[in-house]
Amino acid sequence: MIGDRACERCLARPWLLERLRGHLDLERGRLGAALELPDRELIAAVAGAERGSVSRELDRFDAAGARERCERAKVEPVCRCDPGYPVRLADLAAPPAVIHVAGGLDRFLDLAAGDPVAIVGARRASSYGLEVARSLGRGLGAAGAVVLSGMALGIDSAAHAGALAAQAPTLAVLPAGADHAYPASRRALHGRIQAAGAAISELPPGAEVRRWMFPARNRVIAALALMTVVVEASERSGALITAGLAQGLGRGLGAVPGRVTSPLAAGPNSLLAAGAALVRGAQDVLDRLYGVGVRDGSAAEHRAELSPDLRRVLDQIAGGRDTAAALERAGHRPEEMLAAVASLELHGYIRREIGGRFVPLP
Amino acid sequence: MLARVATFTIDGVDPRQVWVEVDIRPGLPAFTIVGLGDAAVRESRERIRSAVLNSGFEFPARRITANLAPAFLRKVGPGFDAALALGVLAASGQVAPESLATFAVFGELSLGGELRDSPGALAVAEGAHRAGFAHLIVPRERAREAALVEGIAIAGASSLRDAAEVLAGRTPAAPPAEARRASARQEPDLADVRGHAAPLLALQIAAAGGHNLLLEGAPGTGKTMLARRLPSILPALTRAEAIEVTRIHSVAGIQSDGLVHARPFRAPHHSISPAGLVGGGAPPRPGEATLANHGVLFLDELSEFQRSSLDALRQPLEDGCVTIVRGQRALVFPTRFMLVAATNPCPCGYAGVGDRCGCGEADLRRHRRRLSGPLLDRMDLLVDVARPAGRELRAGPAVDSARVCARVAVARERQQARLAGTQARCNGEMDGKLVSRHVRLEAAAEAAVARAYDAGALSARGRHRVLRVARTIADLEQSDRVSVDHVLTALSLRQRDQASAALAA
Repeated sequence: MIGDRACERCLARPWLLERLRGHLDLERGRLGAALELPDRELIAAVAGAERGSVSRELDRFDAAGARERCERAKVEPVCRCDPGYPVRLADLAAPPAVIHVAGGLDRFLDLAAGDPVAIVGARRASSYGLEVARSLGRGLGAAGAVVLSGMALGIDSAAHAGALAAQAPTLAVLPAGADHAYPASRRALHGRIQAAGAAISELPPGAEVRRWMFPARNRVIAALALMTVVVEASERSGALITAGLAQGLGRGLGAVPGRVTSPLAAGPNSLLAAGAALVRGAQDVLDRLYGVGVRDGSAAEHRAELSPDLRRVLDQIAGGRDTAAALERAGHRPEEMLAAVASLELHGYIRREIGGRFVPLP
Repeated sequence: MLARVATFTIDGVDPRQVWVEVDIRPGLPAFTIVGLGDAAVRESRERIRSAVLNSGFEFPARRITANLAPAFLRKVGPGFDAALALGVLAASGQVAPESLATFAVFGELSLGGELRDSPGALAVAEGAHRAGFAHLIVPRERAREAALVEGIAIAGASSLRDAAEVLAGRTPAAPPAEARRASARQEPDLADVRGHAAPLLALQIAAAGGHNLLLEGAPGTGKTMLARRLPSILPALTRAEAIEVTRIHSVAGIQSDGLVHARPFRAPHHSISPAGLVGGGAPPRPGEATLANHGVLFLDELSEFQRSSLDALRQPLEDGCVTIVRGQRALVFPTRFMLVAATNPCPCGYAGVGDRCGCGEADLRRHRRRLSGPLLDRMDLLVDVARPAGRELRAGPAVDSARVCARVAVARERQQARLAGTQARCNGEMDGKLVSRHVRLEAAAEAAVARAYDAGALSARGRHRVLRVARTIADLEQSDRVSVDHVLTALSLRQRDQASAALAA
């Protein structure tokens, strides 16, 4: 029966968080402390004038109603009293009392135990970042690792999509209810993630999103993952919060280097400077997790051999002559150059981006 | 006494004959005009009275009734003045009424009796010729333009007095000056372009195959500059085309003098309404699409145009004409133009320029959505325009319009020979059936197209677009078969629609 793996006491906690959702947009740093507080103290600390009424409502908490709500939304709750509750989450100072799982509880518990790797990064990512995230997702997925992310626009979604493209399961930790997609434009991806992996959330199904839920979600990602890889992030990105939490929990941390001129590379580059593992591809992550050469990440499909001419053009693109105009300046006739890039594109070596830039595919 | 004068009015871009009947009877002095005229027609009474008196004629102090027939046709504008005045003169016996039988008259009068420049003289001359008139009197400024119609004697009159003299046969109709020969083309030339090798190639392909072209690039990279040079490499207008263009431009009042030799280049501002773009209003007037007939319609900042305006372009692009129905009447405006559009690649405009672009995936998708899908569907070519390097700016010109124009002409001839007997005149107009009949691919080329299609890089329509363009590239190289290089070049000039769909994961 749905709900029999979450006890009544624990189920009250997500209810309370949802009830207090309007009170928890606290300034930076205080949220973590607030989430550590037991129910009554949390009410006293944040509920303000509603203190009395929330407290009375908590007294009358209807666990059966909460279970029924989960059942209707086809979401299975598992609480921290359950022996199967992911052990790594218990490392958190304030582990989620209940994890709500959409897409199959047993599968989630298996995947969570299977060393997930978090891939996180900017929403407004560059095409380079998206490409790297997708390729990391694909490579890790193909090598049997579980890709974990937050299903946000940009890097997160690209990582999930990459894993799904490799027919590998993937885990999404959602800020609000696990039963509906946030952002709503990722509904299709949400469906595919549930079909192949699981979407989880600390909050009960149907909960509406609030600002505080994003850092709260990030702590779940950081704790659940064996290693966190930051692909692209500006200085103030939420991905850096995840990275900081992961480091604090003693998890592995990796970052993908970017162009030093790009604001999106500021986050990962500064992580690298501070000692994060350099991630150039799935193999780097696998080497870090399992030891060098233990698992093979060369899952990229075999591509046709290139003629010397095409190889030269590809090298020039990779070397920064990555627009048609730049290639012309390198001395190619326009007809030949256009035919060459179309050929490289057809064989999956590059992709043509908006704005006319060619991106070499990993 | 009753007099009858033939004149013409412009309905859309076509001439319609109107009979002006003037009857003068004894009675209290009055001047009435009947026959569904607009305010300008009603006001013409005052102009005619002054013009007649100031030309040294007598204005009859009797009851004058003028009728404009057919009565159902709405008459618009001041173009009936000359006919009405001559009708008054004929009905009062000041000019011989029988002399009017072989004449048609067209023009507006000033109070002093001068015949003013009136738009649409070429259309009127065509109408008068078709209606069987031997002579046509038009304002002197318009004589040369009207004389483009052969088989009708054109008299350019500068005043009402002149017109009366012409009718009396006293002044022989001054033969209008010979139309100027097509002088050296004065359009902006490709020789002004520095760098931009790929866009130049795309322009050449577009001109050779009549393909619609989308230019994408950051602000200030030269998209407009390139588009303006497209008319210079299109084949010269044929005489029939030139006359059609002249007629339309004359009706719209934008024609200067004599025959138009340059292909039209119209670049409407993005605030234009659907009616402004494809024609409409009351009375219906041709829109920019019709003014660009046989030329280039350039839409700069495509994403800024109203969606409704762009969608209105679909039918004209598809059919080569636009039909505007008003009440009982349907007007047909020709709209055979090449469409060239320019847009920024992303909302900030700097995608692809170093790391300057700060647009996220969602911004890009929103930007894409602003471009009308059905319109993009008609764009065979997309080319990225990048800022030329300083070294290129200092180098000499790569090509000039005359040389490219010659290549384009050869390619067009090959297409016309191949497509003779079909409704298409160039590769850009081939539909799916013609594409499969006329585009013969070499085996390797076939494989490349199949690969692109299977990889999801091409839609079914996108495949047709690529094949059409590849056919044109082969025509430019005077090759009967389409090789793999032709296909690959065409592929790299295709739209990115599928790639951006893939981006959305």
